Amino acid sequence: MIEQGVLERVLGLAVRGGAEFAEVFAEDKRSTSASLDDGRVEQVTSGRDRGAGIRVVRGDTTGFAHTADLTETGLCAAAEAAASAASQGGGGVRTIALTSRAGTKVNTVERYPDEVSKSTKVELLKRVDDAARSAGASIVQVSAGYGDSRRRILVANTDGVLATDEQVRGLMRISVVASGDAGMQTGFQSVGQTVGFEMFDNIDIEELARDAARQAMVKLGARPAPSGSMPVVIKQGSGGVLFHEACGHGLEADLVSKNSSVYAGKTGELVASPLVTLVDDGTMSTEWGTIGIDDEGHPSAYNVLIRDGILTDYMWDYLRARKEGRAQSGNGRRQSYMHLPMVRMTNTYVLNGTEEPDDIIRATDHGVYIAKLGGGSVNTATGDFVFGMTEAYLIEGGEITEPLREGNLIGNGPQVLRDIDLLGNDFAMGNPGTCGKDGQGVPVGDGQPTLRVKALTIGGTAT
Amino acid sequence: MSSLQDIADRVIAQAKPGEHVEAFVSRDGQTDVRVFEGEVEHFVSAQSEGIGIRVIRDGRTGFAYAGTLDQAAIAEVLAEARDNVEFGTPDEWAGLAAPDGVDVVQQVLWNDQLASLATERKIELAKELERLTLGFDARVRVDDSNYSDAFVESAVANTSGIRRSGRENGCYVSVGTLADDGDETQTGFGFSVGRSPDEFDLAKAAREASDRATRLLGAVKPSSKRLTVVLDPYVAAQFLGIVSSTLNGEAVIKGRSLFKDRVGEQVASPLFTLVDDPTNPSAYSATDIDGEGLAARRNVLIDGGVLHGFVHSSYSGRRAGTTSTGNAVRGGFKSTPGVGCLAMQLQPGARMQADLIADVSDGVLIESVSGMHSGVNPISGDFSTGASGRLISNGQIGGPVREFTIASTLQKMLLDVIEIGNDVDWLPMRAAGVTIVIADMTMSGA
Repeated sequence: MIEQGVLERVLGLAVRGGAEFAEVFAEDKRSTSASLDDGRVEQVTSGRDRGAGIRVVRGDTTGFAHTADLTETGLCAAAEAAASAASQGGGGVRTIALTSRAGTKVNTVERYPDEVSKSTKVELLKRVDDAARSAGASIVQVSAGYGDSRRRILVANTDGVLATDEQVRGLMRISVVASGDAGMQTGFQSVGQTVGFEMFDNIDIEELARDAARQAMVKLGARPAPSGSMPVVIKQGSGGVLFHEACGHGLEADLVSKNSSVYAGKTGELVASPLVTLVDDGTMSTEWGTIGIDDEGHPSAYNVLIRDGILTDYMWDYLRARKEGRAQSGNGRRQSYMHLPMVRMTNTYVLNGTEEPDDIIRATDHGVYIAKLGGGSVNTATGDFVFGMTEAYLIEGGEITEPLREGNLIGNGPQVLRDIDLLGNDFAMGNPGTCGKDGQGVPVGDGQPTLRVKALTIGGTAT
Repeated sequence: MSSLQDIADRVIAQAKPGEHVEAFVSRDGQTDVRVFEGEVEHFVSAQSEGIGIRVIRDGRTGFAYAGTLDQAAIAEVLAEARDNVEFGTPDEWAGLAAPDGVDVVQQVLWNDQLASLATERKIELAKELERLTLGFDARVRVDDSNYSDAFVESAVANTSGIRRSGRENGCYVSVGTLADDGDETQTGFGFSVGRSPDEFDLAKAAREASDRATRLLGAVKPSSKRLTVVLDPYVAAQFLGIVSSTLNGEAVIKGRSLFKDRVGEQVASPLFTLVDDPTNPSAYSATDIDGEGLAARRNVLIDGGVLHGFVHSSYSGRRAGTTSTGNAVRGGFKSTPGVGCLAMQLQPGARMQADLIADVSDGVLIESVSGMHSGVNPISGDFSTGASGRLISNGQIGGPVREFTIASTLQKMLLDVIEIGNDVDWLPMRAAGVTIVIADMTMSGA
């Protein structure tokens, strides 16, 4: 994308005023998306985003500027803007010598999406529409979105790091509306992977569409969700967002270092049920949050955050690791070249326990079974979090009975982690997610086996 | 350098016979300063530009964009958009906006003083806000204190005769707080917005940030029950944002609004009169033109509780057998316009919040919500959101509560509105805040 000599000169310019660290992050991303709604392929969109962000660190101050101009002139102008933002002073010349560093080899792309015809992609949408509409007479509306991207990134910094990565992703989202006597209900399914178009050879998208339709139809007969605190069983692969919100964000070192996380200063302590081992893993072969390198050039890694309930480590980016004099963990990520990197999760999941999932349900006399969670959010300083349940059922006498209407669940992260009292042996990853933090969205994955939380507050209306 | 309008004009001049072409071109920039413990933590200075081109032929639509205004790239974008046309399904209502004779209400959206504000002053504003915030209560820490400003210039042109350009800028400061008491920590925030820093009220932002965090100290999880809910203006504005998605003309024609086929019916309390009026200069999101280049205008959506109408873009208007209401919303050059409310306001009542609370025998004042995006389904109407606030007992504000939800359905909530305050607050959202009292909701807690 940019010649090594140019990078070395631009970095040299960026630290000429006396800054300790400078970095060039360049990105070239091509994307295609297609949307189908109301029985029509509404639009195919092609996009191109290309540019570089330059970061200069001096003391505790970071200056940042970006440009869409990848010529040496454009990069130098951005380097000077970033250096000036990090404030002037000092002096001296530093020579920068870059050495290529390898990322984690996560998988091999067989078919790049930009080599696949648009009509083949549009055909996927039509198959989804047909399958969802034929799932039942009550299905009144279907929308589907296809998206792919090929993102090449390059990171070079004054520590001599030079690293590149190519991140290829594909995504399908399906939303269905069913209509009945009591109004409308919705269903949703999605799949997203970090791999080439061959992902669609291995995924039954008609089955995904039928599942979205099934969720909407099931809820037509749903009763209002209960109100109050009770045991909650969360199905395999549907509740990873619980860990993402309940503790993942609180284990990000930028929040920890400002003491705005309930998990600050708790390393080595028991913070969760001893059943829980929590991992953040950017190396999983084709998962949505998988990366070869993070957006600071560090190889992605498998990081154990909680082992048998004991907090082992936080997640780190360059700045926070430098401050603590320790290694980065491959969690420095950013939305695009227009953004500063921050500590971010990749694929975050809980390892298997030993229980049979059916036994977990049977062991629950009265509670709620959640087959699908929606989005969530957390206040990391208090640990209070919410997430939406988009498909849920009552558990009565150890059996799953009636479907419930949608609602939020609310809990406190540290409390919920301690309250996990049964953990299944049926680990599965969940739907692709976009994690938002400080206005930036990045792709993340999550997963967990079926598990039970002893008590969570269900925010329904039935008292 | 060519003007943005020239660039857009040159693109549409290349339309071939039978092609309808629209070009949207924009250039924007922002400054973000974050201060922590009196020092600059980061300073971001960023500018970007780009173009989005929509081509319609034989009822089929194609779109492409690029984050550059490089000439070769623009040619590539037009070629890609044309190529993408081949894959769309013909749609008899597809088309671009055409001039509709509605005059633009001119607004002052640009401030020269902000455009030339010195960097040092921006940093000083963030530092000053941090200092002020720490001055109220020894238990309060600052998580971060921020100054941000942004400008955007844009131009749109299409082969149906639309040709408009404009620019606007604005700035805001915000501060995040933490209050500690023993093992307990609570959080708060404060902000102030303006067309220039002269409009900031730093002292108010600082006091609110301090108060929001400290008033939650000692908060408990309440028990579950049904009660009256008072939405603080900041929360009410977010609630109106959810209501607006049911009034979206595109959702209506596609069968995704619970209010489809209900125009003329009583869907809300008689107190409830909702207008969308981006021509009101008090609105944070005031604008003169919509995302397709038509004049922004005042639209009455719900009048005395009776559903009056929906908001439309040119596409949804045409398909619904009516016309655009000037409500095309564009998220930048990377997408085609959608439909949405631009600046909603609920007709205020006569009394202040304290007087409304005095009438509540058993209730809760909701001061912040979380998970509006996850627990509310505007298609089914199911409404459930995480909340924190203070209990109300016999007209008196009581102790703080947190880690609970309030739930109902959108349909029922609108009918259950029993009071609206006179405390209109023009928040940095697409709706103005005002206190709303809802007679009966379910609180879920311990």
